[in-house]
Amino acid sequence: MKKLLILGAGTAGTMMLNKFAKELDSNEWGITIVDQHETHYYQPGFLFIPFGIYNKKDVIKPKRDFFPRGVEVIVSGIDKIEPKENRVLLQNNQVLTYDYLIVATGSKINPKETEGLAGELWQKSIFDFYTVEGAVALADFFKHWEGGKLVLNITEMPIKCPVAPLEFVFLADSYFTERGMRDKVDIHFVTPLPGAFTKPKASSILGDFLSKKNISLTTEYNIAKVDNENKKIVSWDEIEIPFDVLITIPTNMGDEMIERSGMGDELNFIPTDNYTLMVDGYDNIFAIGDCTNLPSSKAGSVAHFQADILFENFLDVIDGREPRAKFDGHANCYIESGFGKGILIDFNYDTEPLPGKYPLPGVGPFSLLEETKMNHYGKIMFRWIYWNLLLKGKELPIESNMSMAGKRL
Amino acid sequence: MSTIEIGGKTLELDADGNLANISDWNEEIARELAKSEGIEELNESHWQVINYMRKVFVEDGGAPSIRKLTKESGVNTKELYALFPNGPAKKSAKIAGLPKPKGCI
Ligand SMILES: Cc1cc2nc3c(=O)[nH]c(=O)nc-3n(C[C@H](O)[C@H](O)[C@H](O)COP(=O)(O)OP(=O)(O)OC[C@H]3O[C@@H](n4cnc5c(N)ncnc54)[C@H](O)[C@@H]3O)c2cc1C
Repeated sequence: MKKLLILGAGTAGTMMLNKFAKELDSNEWGITIVDQHETHYYQPGFLFIPFGIYNKKDVIKPKRDFFPRGVEVIVSGIDKIEPKENRVLLQNNQVLTYDYLIVATGSKINPKETEGLAGELWQKSIFDFYTVEGAVALADFFKHWEGGKLVLNITEMPIKCPVAPLEFVFLADSYFTERGMRDKVDIHFVTPLPGAFTKPKASSILGDFLSKKNISLTTEYNIAKVDNENKKIVSWDEIEIPFDVLITIPTNMGDEMIERSGMGDELNFIPTDNYTLMVDGYDNIFAIGDCTNLPSSKAGSVAHFQADILFENFLDVIDGREPRAKFDGHANCYIESGFGKGILIDFNYDTEPLPGKYPLPGVGPFSLLEETKMNHYGKIMFRWIYWNLLLKGKELPIESNMSMAGKRL
Repeated sequence: MSTIEIGGKTLELDADGNLANISDWNEEIARELAKSEGIEELNESHWQVINYMRKVFVEDGGAPSIRKLTKESGVNTKELYALFPNGPAKKSAKIAGLPKPKGCI
C-alpha cells in the first residue's frame, strides 16, 4: 500500500484530495489529509463582509462536506515535516509516514511583523479584512462610523489575492456613496508597489479607476511602524500618513510549521519549481497554492490551475517518469469595482493583463480591464463555483494554461 | 535593448534598466550607476550591502529580497532605507549590477 499525505485542507488541499481520491486505486493507495480546523472559510467572501454584503454565515461550511469517501481525515495541528525521513509529526503526537507528500498549508497575516500594528488600536481603529474576525469587526465599526480619513495600507508584498485591496477601496467608495456620506470619507490607497498594481498596463488602467473614483494613491510606501497615539503610519523614510481608520494588509507569511521544518524562505514560503510544482530538492514532495514561493498570484483561481498541473505531474512521477506538465503562472481574477460592476484580468508569468475580451464557453465573453455588470456577476458566481465545483475537483470550463484569444496587444 | 555609456564603454541594459550582463560590472561602474540613482558617494555601508547582494546572487542565482537583506547583510532596515532611499532592494540590486529582485504579485 502506498501513502499519499496532504497537509492542509483549504482550497488547494481539498481540491487535490478530491482529484486523487477519484483517480488512485484504493487497493493500492491510502490517502490522508490533515488540517487543524473543521471549518472551511470561503476567503474571497471576506471582502464583502465589512460592507454588509455577506455575513459570517455566507462564508463558512464544514470541511467534511467536501471530503470524499474512503480517505483518512485527521484534525490536528501539524508540528513539522521531516522531509529526509518522509515523516510528518502532528501536534496530537501522531507520527505519519508517506511515500508522496503534497503541502497546501496556505499563507496568513502576521500583524506582529510591524511595530505598533497589533497595538492598542487593533480592532478599534485598525482592522484587517483577511481574517473572518477582522472582517466582522470592521463591519461593526463601519455601521456606526461617521466618516474621516480611511487609509488602506499594504505592508509588503507578496500578499494573497493582490487585487483584494483595490477591490476594498472601490467597494468603500460605493458603500459610503450609497449611505450618502461619501463627502465625509477620504479614501487613501497606500502601497509599496510603484503603481496601483504590479504589471504596467493593468497598473495604469486601475490607477485611472482610482482617480475617477476620487481615491488618492501613494506608491512606493514602505511602512515601518504605526504611531498609535497620534494615529499615523510612518514609513522607513519617515513619511507620516494620518488616519482615522486604518485598513491594513499585514505581512503575509507561510505557516510557522514550514519554518520548524526548515523548508521555507524568509517569509516561510516553500521554494518550489515554477513549472512542475515540485518542492526544490525533493522528488516526492509537491507544493500548491499560497504556501509556495512561486511568482504567480496567491489566489484560489490560481491554485485551481495549479491543481490540474500537479495532478498530471504526480501521475508521471509515480510512474517513474519526469513530470511533463508545466504551470504557466495563469491567473484569472475578477475585481469588484463597486456599484454592481466588476473588472476582469487574465494573465500569466510572461503575459501581463491585457485589455480585450475573455471568451468563456456557455457564459462569456467577459470584458478584460473594463468595468461591466457581467464581470460583477462573474465574481458573484465564483462563490457558487467555489463550493460546488472547484473544491470538489470538478472540471471547470477554463483552460489551466492562459490563452491569447480575445486579448488586444 | 537599451544601453548605457560608462567610462567609454557601452553596456547593455535589461527591460528594467539593470545591467544585462553581470560580468560587465566593476566598482567604477557601481559608482556611476549609484550617481544615476541619486547617490553621489558610496560609503562603507553601501559597499557592505552591494557586496552582500553580489555574494547572494552568485550563491542563489537571484537578488535577495529586502527581508533577506535585513536579516543577513548586517545592515538594519532603517539604515538600508537611509542608504538607498525608495526601495533599498531594487536600488542596491541595480547598483550591484544585478537584475531586479524577483518581484511577486
Ligand atoms: C480577503 C481575501 C479575498 C480573496 N479573494 C479571492 C478571489 O476573489 N479570488 C480568488 O481566486 N482568490 C481569492 N483569495 C485567495 C484565496 O482565498 C487563497 O488564495 C486560497 O484560499 C489559497 O488556498 P490554499 O489551499 O493555498 O490555502 P488555504 O485555503 O488558506 O488553506 C490552508 C489550510 O492549511 C491549514 N493549515 C496551515 N497550517 C497548518 C498547521 N500547522 N496545522 C494544521 N493545518 C494547517 C489551514 O488551517 C487551512 O485550512 C482571497 C483571499 C482573501 C484573504
